[in-house]
Amino acid sequence: MGETIQIVVTVNGRRRALDVEPTATLLDLLRDDLGLTGSKACCLVGECGACTVRLNGRIVDSCLVLAAEVDGGEVMTIEGLAPDGRLTALQERFLDHGAVQCGYCTPGQLMAATDLLARIPHPTVAEVEEGLAGNLCRCGCYVQITEAVLAAAEGER
Amino acid sequence: MRAEALSQVGLGRVGHSPQRVGGRTRVTGEQRYVGDIHLADELQVKLVTIPAARARIVAIDAAAAQAVPGVRLVFTPADLPQPVPRFGPQFADRPVLAVGETKYHGEPVAAVAAETVEAAEEAVRLVQVHYEELPALVTIGAALDPAAPLVQDPSSRPGDPLAHTNVLREHRYGWGDLDAQAAELVVDHRYRFPMVTHFAIEPHAFLAAPDGSGIVVWSTIQHPYWLQRMLAKLLGLPLAKVRVIAPDPGGGFGGKQHTKYEPLLAFMALRVGRPVRLVLSLEESFQAARRAAAEVQVRTGVCRDGTLVFQEIAADYLIGAYADIADRVVGKGSYIACGPYRLPAVRIVARAILSHTVPSTAFRGFGTPQVIWAVESNIDEVARRLGLDPLELRLKNVARKGEVFIPGDTPADGDWAESLRKAAEAIGWGTPRAPGRGRGIALGIKLGPTTGLSYATVRLLADGSVIVSAGTSDMGQGARTVFAQIAADELGAPLDWVTVVMGDTAVVPYDQQTSASRSTVLMGSAVLRACRDVQAQLRAMAARLYEIDEAAVEVTRGIVRLPQRELPISVVLSEGLGPLGGELIGTGEARKEPVPGHPLGGTAAFYDFNCTAAEVEVDEDTGDVTILRYVSVSDVGTAINPLQVHAQDAGAAIMGLGHTLMEQYIFDEAGRIRNLGAIDYRIPTSMDLPRAFETLLVENGDGPGPYGAKGISEGALLPVAPAIAAAIRDGTGVAIRELPLTPERVWRALRERDAAETASDVQGVPLAEGFPMAARHGKPSRRRQHGQG
Repeated sequence: MGETIQIVVTVNGRRRALDVEPTATLLDLLRDDLGLTGSKACCLVGECGACTVRLNGRIVDSCLVLAAEVDGGEVMTIEGLAPDGRLTALQERFLDHGAVQCGYCTPGQLMAATDLLARIPHPTVAEVEEGLAGNLCRCGCYVQITEAVLAAAEGER
Repeated sequence: MRAEALSQVGLGRVGHSPQRVGGRTRVTGEQRYVGDIHLADELQVKLVTIPAARARIVAIDAAAAQAVPGVRLVFTPADLPQPVPRFGPQFADRPVLAVGETKYHGEPVAAVAAETVEAAEEAVRLVQVHYEELPALVTIGAALDPAAPLVQDPSSRPGDPLAHTNVLREHRYGWGDLDAQAAELVVDHRYRFPMVTHFAIEPHAFLAAPDGSGIVVWSTIQHPYWLQRMLAKLLGLPLAKVRVIAPDPGGGFGGKQHTKYEPLLAFMALRVGRPVRLVLSLEESFQAARRAAAEVQVRTGVCRDGTLVFQEIAADYLIGAYADIADRVVGKGSYIACGPYRLPAVRIVARAILSHTVPSTAFRGFGTPQVIWAVESNIDEVARRLGLDPLELRLKNVARKGEVFIPGDTPADGDWAESLRKAAEAIGWGTPRAPGRGRGIALGIKLGPTTGLSYATVRLLADGSVIVSAGTSDMGQGARTVFAQIAADELGAPLDWVTVVMGDTAVVPYDQQTSASRSTVLMGSAVLRACRDVQAQLRAMAARLYEIDEAAVEVTRGIVRLPQRELPISVVLSEGLGPLGGELIGTGEARKEPVPGHPLGGTAAFYDFNCTAAEVEVDEDTGDVTILRYVSVSDVGTAINPLQVHAQDAGAAIMGLGHTLMEQYIFDEAGRIRNLGAIDYRIPTSMDLPRAFETLLVENGDGPGPYGAKGISEGALLPVAPAIAAAIRDGTGVAIRELPLTPERVWRALRERDAAETASDVQGVPLAEGFPMAARHGKPSRRRQHGQG
């Protein structure tokens, strides 16, 4: 379909040269071109947060970013959170506090929560709830997610 | 019994909350959901729909679509066997593609398979569908109009006396003589429950691939064995040639119970001889599954001391254009419409009413939230009219443990008053509350499964590790963890030495379905029995090894007890298996047998019971409701994994807040859904939670499942709406009988209250003679305290 665009992007620390469709989103690039299926597709209009990734130091809904836009950029996905297989404190606290049920929204929640803690190391409950308001969880783990984020902030081991 | 069980805690630690089995892959992004799976040589499928609800299809011109590079198949009803095959879990009424007429907005008329998603989408745009739009029925009133068009062709309902109406079926239940009851007050109101959707964050997804002389289908389905049966029938294949692979769904909530587009994919795969893949958009998921809307008329008869003497319920459920499982939802949900109360006389009439809307299906609570909303709200009204405390009224009438409250069915299986008292205590019932705030309390009860069949195998491998095979779908409720805990404890293995295999009909033995909160009770029992089978084999092994009588050997929870000593299972196993190694294979089965003549086909395996209390504040200027405190108490028998039980209850409550406060489908006059998708249809976020939120459990070990467990996860959703509405009533004096309680609806009710108060200073409701005027409409400043206060 049409001309492709050549881009170079660093994903989870690895430099990739890719040809992308002009209409492809960053989410398409991650899931279809790179096989990084941890970023999830749901609403595709930037409302659910399931596709949240970090782009150039800030989190974005990857369904709303064109792949061509990330040329020269740096992306981190859920697969990049624990590259050596050792879970981050936040991932562990999610498991300890029952913040994961079906798990489909979990990658997005974790990317948003990781970003939140980077910006606000010791958030209040209200700050966590507001910070994660863009990440829907239909299993309704919100209370457990907030507990997990607060526990990670407190360095609970 | 329970104390003993816990004193012998094994490594799975039943009664404790280890990390979720399968949790690690969910926090690393490695978990593979159906939409993450690709097959070599696969084609991408997209559905062709039209922007109309009901329309006569005149012609489908596929020429331009077929010319798109990469398009391999434009599949129309003409490409299917004729007549076009129909399917459904209750009635074979749903065609694989719309035949002649679409019956709801989003019903596919054709499908495209192409090498890429982009090519498929381009082709979908180019399929020319010539159609003539027809009037659509989207409300109960319109569907019941004698002049209304019939949603289903009467010729498809031979011998059905209702075939010439839009009533698919009518269900009648009851006992006692209503007319003989000397009620001193009758409260009679109509309640409305909106049409809502499951909104699993994982949209439905399907793949189908030819497989030798059979087919293999991947689906987000909750009931893989039911899908297998349906596909075998549609395709004329033996069950063994239909393999359904069902990876853990990313949320189900009932919306993924039944067959949707798998037959279409199967026919397309067999036609092109290649794998085909369809991932729905969220909007398409809205058009694939929803909950039935309902209007419920409730008449409650009561004595002035608060003794309930009768209830009469007329429940109309608006189901979709095809039945799916909706008629069973109506029949089973309305069956327990009168709640957990002792009632001398009951009459229930429920109707499943067809309409030109998305086929409604199972949804957490299975037809019960609609009637619990109505009946519990009416009970609250009864208490207010009598000047009695709504808590005391419920305590007075709730069935006691062991008491039959539905003749011919399972007696009350829990100390339900304990749940009420616990909720009341936690919310501070009867204590003073600040001006402008109100409290409400409500009960919820639902039947567990009425029939069931689950098989499990448990293999104890040579090193003492364990493989459990169980056909339950773990869609977040945590069944995998529960089964692993049971096996780990029974067989003495560390939890991370247990693998639970699910979701593949070619590998895992049969399970009827994952629904009705059944899996801990039914499959859990099957797993437990399979473990006990392995233990029996170990006893025989030890008797042979140590030359003692088998009766002198005991195997419990990982330990082999001989007359003189105790050995870990692994020691006996390794000696007993010998140099060739191998394994012990145990099988287990759990059945809930049908009961001939029972109106539902079987009695309740258990009841899912919950009491919810809430304290709210209403913004008098905007109608916005803030939930200050929220308490949910479930009677769970035994919590095998308390963390998961609490998470399920909290999740059910939050989901309930959706239909209570914000969720509803909105249609235009032509029956098109106007709020498809996440922007216009809002579900609760982290900003919509109660300020203080507590989930509590009642554990008396009195369930039929392993270690006294009951099924859970639906109960906590049932009383959300009536508890919140009662709290709003308590705080503002306005009774609202239609959901959702949006700010606009609450604001309108507040203004109506104000207007009525201005018009007349005394605006009582008719009461039985001599009764105090207890809860007249009034502003917060005039609110009374609760009876006990």
